[in-house]
Amino acid sequence: MEDKTDFETDITNLEFNGNSKAEVKPVEEVTIRFAGDSGDGMQLTGTQFSDALASYGLELGTLPDYPADIRAPAGSLYGVSGYTIHFSSHEVHTPGDQVDVLVAMNPAAMKVNLKDLKKNGIVITNIDAFDKKNLELAEYKENPLEDGSLEGYNIYEVPITKSTLEVLKDLNLPQKTALKCRNFFALGVVYWLYNKSPEFTLNWITDKFSKSPELIEANSRVLKAGYYYGDTTEMFTTRFSVKSASLPKGTYRNLNGNEAIALGLAAASAKSGLQLFLGSYPITPATEILQTLSKYKKYGVKTFQAEDEIAGICTAIGASFAGGLGATSTSGPGMALKTEAIGLAVMAELPLIIVNVQRGGPSTGLPTKTEQSDLFQALYGRNGECPVPVLAASSPTDCFELAVEAVRIAVKYMTPVIILSDGYIAQGMEPWKVVKLSDLPEMKAIFRTEKDGFFPYARNEFLSRPWVKPGTKGLEHRIGGLEKQTVTGNVSYEPDNHNLMTNLRAKKIKRIEFDIPELEVVGEKSGELIVLAWGSTGGAAATAVENLIAKGINVSYAVLKYMFPMPRNTHNVLKQFKKVLIPEVNLGQLSKLIRAEFLIDPIAFNKVKGLPFKSFEIERKVEEILKV
Amino acid sequence: MDESKIIAQIDKTDAGLTSKDFTSDRDVRWCPGCGDYSVLAQVQRTFPQLIGIPKERFVFISGIGCSSRFPYYMNTYGFHTIHGRASAIASGVKCLNPNLSVWVATGDGDLLSIGGNHFIHLLRRNIDVNILLFNNRIYGLTKGQASPTSEHGKITKTTPYGSIEYPINPVSIALGMEGSFIARTMDRDPKHLQEMILRCFNHFGTTLLEVLQNCVIFNDGAYNLYTDKATRDDNVLYIEHGKPLIFGKNKDKGIKLDGWKPIVIDINDGKNSINDVLVYDETSKDLAFIISSFSDNPLLPMPLGVFLARSRNRYEVEMENQIEEAKKKSTDLSIDELLKGTSSWEIS
Repeated sequence: MEDKTDFETDITNLEFNGNSKAEVKPVEEVTIRFAGDSGDGMQLTGTQFSDALASYGLELGTLPDYPADIRAPAGSLYGVSGYTIHFSSHEVHTPGDQVDVLVAMNPAAMKVNLKDLKKNGIVITNIDAFDKKNLELAEYKENPLEDGSLEGYNIYEVPITKSTLEVLKDLNLPQKTALKCRNFFALGVVYWLYNKSPEFTLNWITDKFSKSPELIEANSRVLKAGYYYGDTTEMFTTRFSVKSASLPKGTYRNLNGNEAIALGLAAASAKSGLQLFLGSYPITPATEILQTLSKYKKYGVKTFQAEDEIAGICTAIGASFAGGLGATSTSGPGMALKTEAIGLAVMAELPLIIVNVQRGGPSTGLPTKTEQSDLFQALYGRNGECPVPVLAASSPTDCFELAVEAVRIAVKYMTPVIILSDGYIAQGMEPWKVVKLSDLPEMKAIFRTEKDGFFPYARNEFLSRPWVKPGTKGLEHRIGGLEKQTVTGNVSYEPDNHNLMTNLRAKKIKRIEFDIPELEVVGEKSGELIVLAWGSTGGAAATAVENLIAKGINVSYAVLKYMFPMPRNTHNVLKQFKKVLIPEVNLGQLSKLIRAEFLIDPIAFNKVKGLPFKSFEIERKVEEILKV
Repeated sequence: MDESKIIAQIDKTDAGLTSKDFTSDRDVRWCPGCGDYSVLAQVQRTFPQLIGIPKERFVFISGIGCSSRFPYYMNTYGFHTIHGRASAIASGVKCLNPNLSVWVATGDGDLLSIGGNHFIHLLRRNIDVNILLFNNRIYGLTKGQASPTSEHGKITKTTPYGSIEYPINPVSIALGMEGSFIARTMDRDPKHLQEMILRCFNHFGTTLLEVLQNCVIFNDGAYNLYTDKATRDDNVLYIEHGKPLIFGKNKDKGIKLDGWKPIVIDINDGKNSINDVLVYDETSKDLAFIISSFSDNPLLPMPLGVFLARSRNRYEVEMENQIEEAKKKSTDLSIDELLKGTSSWEIS
């Protein structure tokens, strides 16, 4: 029985409230993946469906999966591109573990993605693509649709190519143009299957192709044809309905992690009154931050595509020295190159934001895959005693908050701050409740202009030195990478002074712990086991613990966002549990850190496959530890 | 837009500054007799003449090396950074605040070896940063290793059997990178050095001033041919815009182009006259290339002066222009609108 209000949100136009006899089955949540050739428009199809779902008020998380090669040969296994959407009527922490529905535009897409499909899951295939050539390219010896190997899945063989060409026949489009529309046929079927009106995409088509009535006609026709195909073929006996979530009132938009960082930096620059300057060098998966900020010219944002990673951070340091908000974005290999310059910013005590969107390492590693293995690099990867605050974002929209927080800390404490993101959250997208500038914490930058009593390395109550804009009369001074005499800032090689300055720099950063929120525990505050997660593993940990609690298993979780300094209560929180489980996509970096800091012996749960943790993996691990 | 210079023309409030005003309270710690002292002195003498530009607008950025201690001795804003990166850091400073007069003090190792990449890209972008290149053809701070400008065959601590590398010609590199202002001078010619500093200041865009500078400890006498009274006049060619390229004790030698090949002629030998001598044009890149190669040729004199001075768009100016244009075109500049984005939806 479907909920009446639910039905109303689903279908708003009679045109799309068809004659289908299919039963509408309410479900709580669904994960769907669109997969095809990189040229099949799967990213567009995915974003269309997720934007539509979001606008209908569903909770969701999405994840695109691009092939590493820009244009891999059509039909090949390594040319498969995918877009996963996890949507639900309750809170979503991840883009989904296992897929309920796979839309496979060709045999390769099926082969690559079948492993993620649930038992009894639905596969919508483009039967027209299962020809000899494509089967060979996908390295299928037999046609899987015929050899029984797909037993246990619900396979729907849809003639997507043929139907698309048929419906466009009288438009006399070039075949290539006509074929480009076929992803919308699949999308139409999916709209129907999930009892959602395709109007969102019809409007988008009208908007997008406003200069070409022919393309509006073609794409709209194909989309509708897909929808009606579901409605009339009686192929599907069931369609599904996911109720809208009860989200707090407000304005929402979709954000991925990289956009969220860019937006957060821009907002924080406005809030702090500092002009943002991003010096950066293109590197996967961080490039989008540079690209996004390059568009923010009208907000006064300056972006500088540097000649290399080192110039990226050095121009940013120069901008901070000149009185701006210097920032640089990169991934692990670029981070390695920036190391020396980070040390300079620590010595010069200048604000600076360094974003590391982590990917698989070491070296060039796995550029398009995710990993959490740069934690130690961020914490320790510099010469000398060189403390830098490190924040780790746990979800795409968390990137916004932490970008803002990083600027607050950098400006207040005159220090570089590292933000760790990763490929998973950089590309993953989720709805974000839009905030206003007035909602952000105060972080107004203060520049010293008073000549009397000025010393470049005198310190305020936060141990921060004064920031002076070059151009300020009477405050001419010199700074640099050599050790400074305390207060005067003159070069000093004095043993006691170096000892003092080393300790001052350490203390300045450590005491930021008094200025950050405490570690929050979800679930009971004490007990058998707590899952301590950081970064993008946070979402999977949250889902896992929620599922375990629903099963009556009493566990808790916490997501650490301040990697250094850690929240003051971290030790106390962990002490209340007999066991601490730390899942992370590395060989146990946070585990080692927790052991070193607190003499707590956590259970390290690691995998390094270039893939994020699935919540069921953490769930099973907890069950295994607790023997339940 | 060009406040760093326009202000210099009109702001007289600081008129009357002297070299003392640009001298910091730090003891200068270069080796006695080092050529760096001369460069420092000429900068401190020239800056007060820059028609009243407020002192606080000057910024000196340096990398690592003997010459990179320069900012400590100037009573201006200064940043002594890390090896090779001065050009990049200076680029950030100038782009963030184009009203500053930004100077880089650097050496041959710092600029041309570890910092080579930033150097060529700074020239390419033509950001208004003034580079003072102290070229002593040796690594001094690390006590005497071969530098990228050391001659082939040079014996140093790291090349005990003689260097098997060929030296970089910084002027030719700058020409190749479409540099807009390229000049060379000498530590032992204070007047010319001052004149060149002034020219650098007055140019809009990146300026490269190569200073042939003597390292008294590790490469003493590297430029004796050009500095000793007995030899200098016959081995140094001062190039000046619109003037014939003549040199020599008796001003009787001239440079003539034989096709594309530069040759030295005697203008008093009866076969050649002053009319055969090449007249320099500092706006010609082709001429600059020909003359820049002199320093690689022992048969030709060492050219000093302005090789090239021409106008090109500046990165930091276009950067600001794009921002201004974008602001003008937009009806809504509020960050709240940016945060909301163009495809938001309401949940009520």
